[in-house]
Amino acid sequence: MAIKTQPVTVNLGPQHPSTHGVFRMRVMFDGEEIVDVEPIFGYLHRGSEKLAEERTYTQIVTLTDRMDYVSSMLNNHAYILTVEKLAGIEPSPRGVWLRMIASELQRIASHLVATGFLIQDLGALGTPLIYAMRERENILDLFEMICGARITNSYLRPGGVFMDAPEEFWPALDRGLDDIVRTIDDLETYLSGNEIIFSRTKGTAVLTPEQLINASITGPMLRASGVDWDLRHRAPYDYYDKVTFERILHTASDNYARYWVRVQEMRESVKIVKQCIEQIEPGPVRPSFDDVPRLIRPPAGDAYVGIEGSKGELGFYLVSDGGISPYRMHVRASSLINLTLLRDMLIGGQFGDLFVTFGSVDLNMGEVDR
Amino acid sequence: MGESLIANSLWRNIYCVLAGDSSVCADNGYSAGFLPADMAWLAFILTAAAIIGLWVNGILGGVIVLIWGERRLFGRFQSRTGPNRWGPWGTLTSVADAVKTMFKEDVVPKDADRILFNLAPIMIAAPALLVFSVIPFGIGTYVADLNVGVLFIMAITSLTTLAVLTAAWSSGNRIAILSALRSVALLISYEIPMALAVVGVIMLAGSMSLGDIIAAQGVPFILVQPLGFFVFFLAAMAEMARAPFDLTEAESELAAGYLNDYASMKFGLFFLAEFMAEISTSAIVTTLFLGGWRGFDPIPSHFWFGAKLIAVLFVIIWFRMTLPRLRVDQVLKFAWKGLFELTMINIVVTAILIAIWPQPTTGELWIMAAINWPVAIISIYLVSKLLGTPSYDKPQPDADAPVYPVASASIPASSVYSAESTTTSAPEGGN
Amino acid sequence: MIGLGLPRGFLITLKNFMRSPVTEQYPDRHVGLLGAAKEAGMNPFRFLVKKPTDSIKAIAGLATVPVAVKQAPRFRGNEFTFFEDRCTACASCAKYCPLGIIEIVSVPGKIDAQEGESYKLEVFDIDIGRCMFCGLCVEACPYDALHMGTSFERSKYVRDELIITKEELFDAPKRPSAWYRPQFEEKGFDPFKETINDHHDAGRHERPTDDDLKKKWVDER
Repeated sequence: MAIKTQPVTVNLGPQHPSTHGVFRMRVMFDGEEIVDVEPIFGYLHRGSEKLAEERTYTQIVTLTDRMDYVSSMLNNHAYILTVEKLAGIEPSPRGVWLRMIASELQRIASHLVATGFLIQDLGALGTPLIYAMRERENILDLFEMICGARITNSYLRPGGVFMDAPEEFWPALDRGLDDIVRTIDDLETYLSGNEIIFSRTKGTAVLTPEQLINASITGPMLRASGVDWDLRHRAPYDYYDKVTFERILHTASDNYARYWVRVQEMRESVKIVKQCIEQIEPGPVRPSFDDVPRLIRPPAGDAYVGIEGSKGELGFYLVSDGGISPYRMHVRASSLINLTLLRDMLIGGQFGDLFVTFGSVDLNMGEVDR
Repeated sequence: MGESLIANSLWRNIYCVLAGDSSVCADNGYSAGFLPADMAWLAFILTAAAIIGLWVNGILGGVIVLIWGERRLFGRFQSRTGPNRWGPWGTLTSVADAVKTMFKEDVVPKDADRILFNLAPIMIAAPALLVFSVIPFGIGTYVADLNVGVLFIMAITSLTTLAVLTAAWSSGNRIAILSALRSVALLISYEIPMALAVVGVIMLAGSMSLGDIIAAQGVPFILVQPLGFFVFFLAAMAEMARAPFDLTEAESELAAGYLNDYASMKFGLFFLAEFMAEISTSAIVTTLFLGGWRGFDPIPSHFWFGAKLIAVLFVIIWFRMTLPRLRVDQVLKFAWKGLFELTMINIVVTAILIAIWPQPTTGELWIMAAINWPVAIISIYLVSKLLGTPSYDKPQPDADAPVYPVASASIPASSVYSAESTTTSAPEGGN
Repeated sequence: MIGLGLPRGFLITLKNFMRSPVTEQYPDRHVGLLGAAKEAGMNPFRFLVKKPTDSIKAIAGLATVPVAVKQAPRFRGNEFTFFEDRCTACASCAKYCPLGIIEIVSVPGKIDAQEGESYKLEVFDIDIGRCMFCGLCVEACPYDALHMGTSFERSKYVRDELIITKEELFDAPKRPSAWYRPQFEEKGFDPFKETINDHHDAGRHERPTDDDLKKKWVDER
């Protein structure tokens, strides 16, 4: 007797404990197997790109903080590099080193969030999440020391950063880096060898490198499938050609590989910060106001700069018409581009893998919706 | 009165204080009680009520303390303090939770089957309380020492399955039934390993009565039956639907669950039943495998029972805090392909050992332990190979795989974007 | 599904169990007898004798001790510190604000106490209900009159009370944070322990004398 089954459509609505932010998915599944997925987003759209047309270039820095809210310094960094390219500003060296330190610390914080919440979705009831958040608290305390705010920093200005780090920052940074390495070791001992995590994440949601490249996906998702593409190596911006760090690649492009790549990238970021501390030289952190006025009027033209954000290539495209505000700003949001393959990853998989896969893509709704 | 009641020293003490029946209480030294001799039936009823009241209040009090203790322990495992605001060191938190739960609105869905909807929480709470009636909390402190005590426990804990299904079905909610079916699959799959794991203990003790099992533990059975303990512990955690088998409570999976439609105190009863199941499982593990109330002399037996109970509870909470969740097909695979075979191995080995040494003495128990431990380690290793666990290995990229993107002349490796920005004519007009 | 990786996870969790919790218990935390005695500055035995009710409360677990949150000196708090004697009503802060929440109305008038003597400030409203505390206004102020504050508990029950007026800013204790004010860090000023009472201490430069001003703006041009 043939059993007839009927697919069930479930709406995993915008309010859900496991979608990272307000994200809605309409999932059709047949028993335990997922048949169709329709992602619906846009619940966090705040019109950042339109608002940017009304604000001056320095005021937009505060706007970019809030796009990808777990990696504010990286957003600032990408935007400031674009402004510098558009206006032809030469940044001051100490500012560049400081913003590299800030960006790498922010990358560690963002990966801690991603890893913690991935394991939380796997059901570990919060224990690894709290260990990751404990380390992130240290990083956020460092940010508070250096720029007064923990999350929405607005630390960077065109030409460098806006204020030098205080005296107590450097010993705190050394201590913080040791703590971070110790926590990453703990997390790896706990999680990377855990057989339950193996069984849940190995072999699920596999993507081929061709699929990833055709969908313009970048970041840890791409490097987890063996493609050697990291913008800090391929197109070094700032002083990334003066620091050395390894390329983290994994060949099996499944959920475990993406988690593993992020954890190892955290170690590499710690190495970069240590090298920056060695190579930083005293000096002004931003050009004087005679060279770079407070209110910048870049010449008419456009510029695009993409940096290696924590989730992939984060790029800003600015069009200027000579005034104090840009004519148009567009953000190449890495999370949005990474989201396009969600359907292919989920179809054919089991329902239990839905949120694990979603967590391993590491989306941030602030960036998807801007 | 029946012989078993007379043998129960707790019953005898209370009854004799009340009734002073000389035929029963003479050897205790009670000659007259409070009530006249022809109202012995009243003394009977009052004693029964006293013991039941003592048990139920004790268990519920234990649940209140356990809720607080579990949340504090969660906090310490996660480097934070648990609840510590209400009352001294947070001890009144569970009372606050109970009051909050009672004040919520009791919503019954429109499509619900009202009788079954109201019956399901009772169906799940009552068996959880019943299990405690056969467990001895100290020397002579039990409600009843059934000679089929273990069978009674296994049978009563199976009623949970029915309650889960009733709860889901009567909610009239499609998603609740889906979730409950997974839960029922989990519960019935783990009943078999749980029941079979104690067969070894029963064979060693020679009877199913819990009092006899405690008396036979010259050496605690955790040492003599490591496989039995391992299987029973994991199967009991799965029966309680705790991590790593807690797919029913996974809010991150299906946002509903079979409990979604239960509102205030009905949900409170489900919650209470889960914690009572936790204490009862720890009590059963203590009795069957750790020696119950046996301990060293100057310290009373109740203390030993309590200490062992707390140790087992700590291990259960530790497991919950550490392990992520298994997917439903992995859970079922673990039961049928893992635990079931381990129980079969355990039964065969124990049967052979009992055939050699029936009625084992303490020394023979130690020899059995020495034989059982290597068997346990080897069989767990073989089963883990059977279940197929991948190991941690660093990835080895293929030596001759193409490097994406293919470096070509048009894309220089050092800089992807050309140094000069392309200038297009900007549109006229200001910003 | 079973393997040796699982016990390693257990050991890590147990190790963290032994560590003390990292919770910062704000605003107050419970203390026992020894903590209550230390808070009162007494020997525990003297505390038991002199304050019996307090010590019984402490033993019962009902005594609390206030806790302050660790903040960096550069903390961008939810309030502003304003030195009215330094303000010239140039409205740079209002122009720089991305949200446009500062409202300044000034009238010409000669007031001696102000550093800039030509404008009198009538209205200076900041709407902290809309403010995102980015600090661009503080960065813009050329006279170091406006500084970020350090507190973070500014909730009100009525939304209109969230607009800070000139009088509130004048009367509030002046605890400016060191955000974009390196002179406070050089002096070692701790906004959580002291206030700045003299507006001359708040600035980066000495006020230029008339000869300096003449030299810069007239002679050298």
